[in-house]
Formats: sequence, structure tokens, C-alpha cells
Amino acid sequence: MIKDLLMGRYLPGNSMLHRSDPRTKILLTTVFMVLVFLAEGYLSFLLLLSFVLIISSRVGKPLKHALRGVKPILFIALFMIVVNTIAVKGTPLLDYGIFRHLSREGVTLSVLMVLRLFLLLTGASLLTSTTTPISLTDGLEALLKPLKSFKIPVHEAAMMMSIALRFIPVLLDEAERIFKSQASRCADFAFGNPLQRARNYLSVLVPLFVGAFRRADELATAMEARCYRGNAGRTRMKRLELSCADFTCTAVMLVFSSALICIEYVRS
Amino acid sequence: MLKKEMLSIKLESLSHRYQQGTPFEKIALSNITFDIEPGEFLGIAGRSGSGKTTLIQHLNGLLKPTSGRISVNGSLVDPRKMRDLRRQIGLVFQHPEHQLFEETVFRDIAFGLTGAGLSVAEAGDRVRDAITAVGLNEDFLERSPFELSGGEKRRVAIAGVLVMKPSVLVLDEPAAGLDPGGRREIFDFIIKLWRERNITVILATHDMEELARSANRVVVLQHGRVALNGSTREVFHDVEALERAGLEPPQITRLMQKLKKVLPEIKDGILTVDEAVSELKRLYQEGYRWGEYDKRFAYGPLPARQFDAA
Repeated sequence: MIKDLLMGRYLPGNSMLHRSDPRTKILLTTVFMVLVFLAEGYLSFLLLLSFVLIISSRVGKPLKHALRGVKPILFIALFMIVVNTIAVKGTPLLDYGIFRHLSREGVTLSVLMVLRLFLLLTGASLLTSTTTPISLTDGLEALLKPLKSFKIPVHEAAMMMSIALRFIPVLLDEAERIFKSQASRCADFAFGNPLQRARNYLSVLVPLFVGAFRRADELATAMEARCYRGNAGRTRMKRLELSCADFTCTAVMLVFSSALICIEYVRS
Repeated sequence: MLKKEMLSIKLESLSHRYQQGTPFEKIALSNITFDIEPGEFLGIAGRSGSGKTTLIQHLNGLLKPTSGRISVNGSLVDPRKMRDLRRQIGLVFQHPEHQLFEETVFRDIAFGLTGAGLSVAEAGDRVRDAITAVGLNEDFLERSPFELSGGEKRRVAIAGVLVMKPSVLVLDEPAAGLDPGGRREIFDFIIKLWRERNITVILATHDMEELARSANRVVVLQHGRVALNGSTREVFHDVEALERAGLEPPQITRLMQKLKKVLPEIKDGILTVDEAVSELKRLYQEGYRWGEYDKRFAYGPLPARQFDAA
């Protein structure tokens, strides 16, 4: 049910991307996103697409899987296509009937935008599907360390983020269980009058909140019992270290981005 | 709406896979086939992860089988009549106290009745009936469910299912996490409900002592398959198969089996302490010559007064 949402979920594996350091992956993903916004020609998009799809299959994420992750943005994509083809003025698509109001530029623009959206999403999910949430936040914390000198509580923010990420599946499980137990008590979530349905959703939300507070309380006690007091004098069990995999990934990315920039330069 | 009647449920080569077609695919149930007779007390046993919870969620249509079929009274479950089915087959989840949400116990118990077309007076009667059935009194009705103790919350939650007067009551580990007194009370009122209300009870648990005390029939699950299916006595007699499924027969059964090695006259399949006491009493009263066995017992024969005390 809810758990079938696969976008961005960590997939265990042992590929080059899995083995490389989260800091490298975060930086490379950022570079990739910049490239996505730099690209304007069809050829560059073709290159970007094949790059993402090849890497996806290399890390054990077949195309079917990648496409399934895109489902949630389908609606946004459709909306963008409709608005763009109607709103953007330019050369008419065809000199016939309703097509006179639709512009060629609008179609091009919307296709590129949808492609961009798809690339951003799959690029980001390459990061999250090869990195556990814990090492992701470790990587973020390490990258944001310079901000500490501006008195920004980087460690605390990273801890909050990793707790939040850690509890998403737990809360989803709990939501599903409460959902089912209220459905067993004849709560109807699909049919019936809207007021009644709203009340039925309340019967899931209230216990979910109660449960979330209970868990937060238990977690706080458990952390205090282990003498957690923020970042003061804290050492790490897993130190982040660069390895061979990081250099290979960076090299691949360097070659790819220079190729892309060349293409864009030639085009303009 | 279905008529109030006894339901017979038939499971035919039922299989279930979680998250089919993803890298997380997991086979939870495979090829489960058995019938649930009207009016029986069926125990579903198995260690954690053996598929008990998955199986019982199929019974009221919360999960759909990946393959195989479930029929209730000979006809397949109609997805459009799911509410009627759920009124007939009441399912109590593990830790049901987590489903409480209303301001008062009364309103929480009555939640399942909304939309059932009952008058206020009728609903009130049903709620009062349900709360006494779980062994609480009517003073609880106006309190907030969140201020009750764990055991009381659980009973209120069970009452929230009983209020729909199901003809099949399915319970998933109803006593998990309760102290021995609380466990005993929960099982006592379940047995009482089954005796007095002429309903079918399906109890999923790994508490073999309680199943020995209450169930007519036990289905043992192991890795999502039916490992054993038979009368409680038959199932608990097959110690080896039980142990392969990661379960143990009740302590008293094992004790009597050991005792049988020196007293071959003891009959098989003793399930409860009461049965053991009356069996030993019977042997004693039949003029069993304990003396002959003196040399086999390390501690000599049991003195008669211990039986009387028991």
C-alpha cells in the first residue's frame, strides 16, 4: 500500500556508487543538477538521459524501477505541458483549427521542462538509493561543518534530520496498521458522505499523533540514558574516508560534464 | 446486509507476497488451505514472522491474496460488500489500544456503529453490552480512553470490535505485553464470549498454554506454510513437528510425557494442569501400586495428601 512508494528508497547493493563516500555523492549530485539546468539542446538531454539510465542500471535499478518512481510527478508534468503549450506565444503548431493557438516554442519548452524534472528526480534518487539515510546525514554534516564557525548547530540539525528519516518507515507502518484496524471497525475511507469520511480520517490521525509523541518521548529518554548531549566531545564509529571508488566516480563525472559543456558551447 | 448467521470460511491454496515486483518482494504465505467451521475455537500458532498476522488480515479482506481464494459461506468475497463482511468478521489487531482516538470511551466503542443505522438507544445498549462483555463496568464509559491503564485500554479497544456483534471474532495476540493476571483475564473473557454467544473465535498467538486451554483445533504455521492442522490434542502430541515449527507444547504436557516413561499407564495428550491432576488421581484411586515403582523414582512415590491439596 503506502510502502509501495519506492522513490528515493535505499536499495542495498555493492556497486561503485554504493561504496563511495556520501560527501562525494552529494557533491557529484549537485554538479549533475547544475548540468541539468545548463543543458538546453536536445543532444545534451539525450546525453544526460542515457547517462542517468546507464548508471541506474549499473547500481541495480532497472528502468522499470526508475519509471515507477516518476509516477508521483506525472500530474505536475501533465499540468506543465498543458499550461506551456497554451500560454507560450510563438509560431503556431499547425495552421489548422485549435492547433493555431498552440505554439511550437511552447511544446519544445514543456518537453524540455518535463525532461528536466525527470532528470532531477532520477538523479536525486540515484543518490538516495545508493546511500543509507544515516550516511547521507553524516555526509551532509561533514560538508556543512564550515557553517559551525557561524554558530549554526550543524550537528543538531543533522541529528534531527537523521531521526526524521529514520522514523518515516516506522510511522508509515504505524499509519498502515491503524488504518487497517479502523477499517476493521467499519470505517469507510473511500465512500460515504465527506463529513463522515473526514471523521474517519481523524480516527487514523489522532492515534498516529499520539504514537509519534510517545515514540519521541521514548527516544528522548533513551538518548539521555546514553548520555547524549549534542556534539560536545563526540567521536564517530564510522569515519568518512575517501576510497578508490570516489576517485573513479569523480573522474567519470568530470569527463561527462566536460563533454556536456563542450556540446553546449558548440551549439551556442 | 448479510443475515446474522454462522459463517464458514474456506481458504484454498492461498498465497501472499508483499511488495510484489520490487526488490523487496517477500513471500509471506504460500499455499494455505484449510476450512474454518462455524462455532469452532481455532488457534493459529506459529513463531514471530510465520505469517499469522498476514493470514488473519485476509479473513476480513484487508489484504487480498496474491493467488488462491477465500470464500465465506461458499461465495467469494465481494469487494463492494466489504463493510458487511467486516461487521460479520470482527478483527482485533495486535496492540489494539493504539487505535483509540475519541474523547470518551463510549464514543470510541460506538465508532464502528456509525453508519449502521441504529437508534441512539440501541447503540447505547450495544455499547453497554460490549463493555460488560470485556469485564469492565459502565463507569468507564464517560472517561477519556487516554487516561486508562494499558490493560483497560486494550479491553476498550476489543469492545470497539465486539460492539458490532460479529459472528466470527479474530484476535491477533490479544494478550501481548500484559502481565500474567491481565493475560488470564483477557483469555477468560474470550473463552466466556465463545461459550455464551455461539460465535466462532480465531485466536492467533504463540502462547501454547492458552491455546491448550481454549482451542478445539490448532493450525500451526511455519515460514508461511501450514505445518500442522488438527485437534489441539493431536497437534500438541506431535512434539517433534511443533519443535520444528519453533514452538513448544505446554509445560504440563511435556511433564506428563516424561512421567509416562516411568508410568506407562498415563494417557496421552494431557493439555492442562486440571487434566493432569485428574489423571493422576484416577491412577491413584484405581489402586495403583505405587510401591512397585519406588525404585524408579528418585524421590519415591508421591504422598496421597498432595493430590488432595490439588
